[in-house]
Amino acid sequence: MTVGQTVLGAAPPLGVPLLDAHLVVDRGAFRLDLPLTIDPGEVVALLGPNGAGKTTALRTLAGLLPLSAGHLTLAGRDLDHPGRRVWTPTERRPIGVVFQDYLLFPHLSALDNVAFGPRRHGMNRHQARHRAAEWLARMGLTEHVRRKPRQLSGGQAQRVALARALAVAPALLLLDEPLAALDARTRLDTRAQLQQHLAAHAGATLLVTHDPLDALVLADRLVIIEHGHVVQEGSAATITAQPRTDYVARLVGLNLYRGRATGHSILLADGFRLTTGDQHDGEVFVAFPPSAVALHPGQPDGSPRNTWPATIAGIQRHGDNLRIQLTGPIEVAADVTPAAAAQLRLTPGQPVWAAVKAAETRAYPAG
Amino acid sequence: MPRTDGEVARPTTAVPPTRTRRTGRTPVALLLPAALGLLFLVLPLVGLLVRTPWATLPQRLTEPGVLTALRLSVQTATLATLLCLALGVPLAWLLARVQFPGRRVVRALVTVPLVLPPVVGGVALLLVFGRRGLIGSWLDETFGITLPFTTTAVVLAEAFVAMPFLIIAVEGALRGADTRYEEAAATLGAGRWTTFTHVTLPLVAPGIAAGAVLCWARALGEFGATITFAGNYPGRTQTMPIAVYLALETDLEAAIVLSLILLTVSVVILASLRDRWVSAP
Repeated sequence: MTVGQTVLGAAPPLGVPLLDAHLVVDRGAFRLDLPLTIDPGEVVALLGPNGAGKTTALRTLAGLLPLSAGHLTLAGRDLDHPGRRVWTPTERRPIGVVFQDYLLFPHLSALDNVAFGPRRHGMNRHQARHRAAEWLARMGLTEHVRRKPRQLSGGQAQRVALARALAVAPALLLLDEPLAALDARTRLDTRAQLQQHLAAHAGATLLVTHDPLDALVLADRLVIIEHGHVVQEGSAATITAQPRTDYVARLVGLNLYRGRATGHSILLADGFRLTTGDQHDGEVFVAFPPSAVALHPGQPDGSPRNTWPATIAGIQRHGDNLRIQLTGPIEVAADVTPAAAAQLRLTPGQPVWAAVKAAETRAYPAG
Repeated sequence: MPRTDGEVARPTTAVPPTRTRRTGRTPVALLLPAALGLLFLVLPLVGLLVRTPWATLPQRLTEPGVLTALRLSVQTATLATLLCLALGVPLAWLLARVQFPGRRVVRALVTVPLVLPPVVGGVALLLVFGRRGLIGSWLDETFGITLPFTTTAVVLAEAFVAMPFLIIAVEGALRGADTRYEEAAATLGAGRWTTFTHVTLPLVAPGIAAGAVLCWARALGEFGATITFAGNYPGRTQTMPIAVYLALETDLEAAIVLSLILLTVSVVILASLRDRWVSAP
């Protein structure tokens, strides 16, 4: 594929995903098994804890690691298909990669870094530099084209890396933790700009991250993997409302339990019973935010509440509040204001009573 | 009470007690031999400077014999370095980047000329490239080329002895270089050769330059292998070190002047390495 060609020109007919892959990698004890499709113009975030296989998945897509099984089809072309002995090396794949620490070539200026890809794709030096200058202008970096990477700030380097990846008009853009190397303030600005550029990208985009905020802001769809397998997939709204694993629940800041529902009552695995506002029968998840948990020095009276005695295991700062980790019949995180914490004189090891209103819990089928 | 705690804690954290002790006392048992060692290294150089005939130096320097030897030395050392670059950089890349059986053996073989007495190297070269040598006889019969006792032989002898310096420096630089830059180049459409020339080589350029300078310096000072394999023909194979050795028997002052030139070159090389490559990050 040459640079001049648009991605959509090479794209399969409507309704067929641009990327259609089933990534399988066997590495001794670890196995990645990830079905993945991305439509033209769609941004998918691959989210997961460290060691879940995110980077492995990205490397197979980039051709830096071969598949053990499965297939990888991009824009109608088989790039890696062990079953059919098909393999396309990295340099012949229509991809662009933004690496975690950017990997801008230190001996080249920002302009020549961006021109590197177009030059390899058949443009002459003049054309390549012209295209690079256009991309850098689009990133708001016209004044910095002559700078070497070490003279750029983190945010600028990130944008040069993005321009370099996009300058070859890739059918698939891969971003590996694109904001992880930035400090908090720069990250905010850069995330907003990145969102615009990703929205403008006509090809498919895969964003690998462990930061849920990046995923929620930048992606149309989230794919969450743990131990090499998909545990949940869907829009940000679905996932934040109905997490299905502890990892996802922690990611979106919810307490999550699994149990068997009979009407409003849910029997959890360890014999603990929760009352919810929703009515179900069978296997369900039940979730509630830490802010729904109230702490009391003694057993609170009356009302249809869930109450139980618990012990404080830890206290951490969490935004403006304190997040209290509780042990007891169930493990729970509770958010309290510093004022309330002072009033209750909360210290680790202290016994308290926890209470959650049934109306503040949500139950949904686990099937 | 917390206030006094703070005041007690402050002096102990502010003054690292080990630091003053470390610089304060140096055992005489170490200091004395250290000073002697330094003296031993510097004194001969001082002796050279003291005995230099400064008054007649300009005249001495422009003597045809000196200039011829110097020119030949510089030419052969440069050619030997180019030969080492052409063969040594790929070999260093192979050692640093490709997993192959017997890699450790190859690395050991590469470093043999470092520890081998140069005279033995010269004899070995003679046995291979000599007129009746393994390759030399074939060269002689097929092309009518004889290598020993020619300027080419000087270059070969110098390259044989100096190549390990280049290979070790370049291999080290390649190992230190981040291979993910090469992956980044591949994702941008660069094949392996383009990646090597456009990314890998520029990344390790300082290492290659340092290796080339070391290699050149070693080639310039080469004596044993050269005189064994190439002999001593003024203008053809008589390099500076050989000229120094021969001058010692007839004209001490000439030997001193030639030595002074070599010393100057060495110091300049050392200084340039220090400033540009050794101390740079």
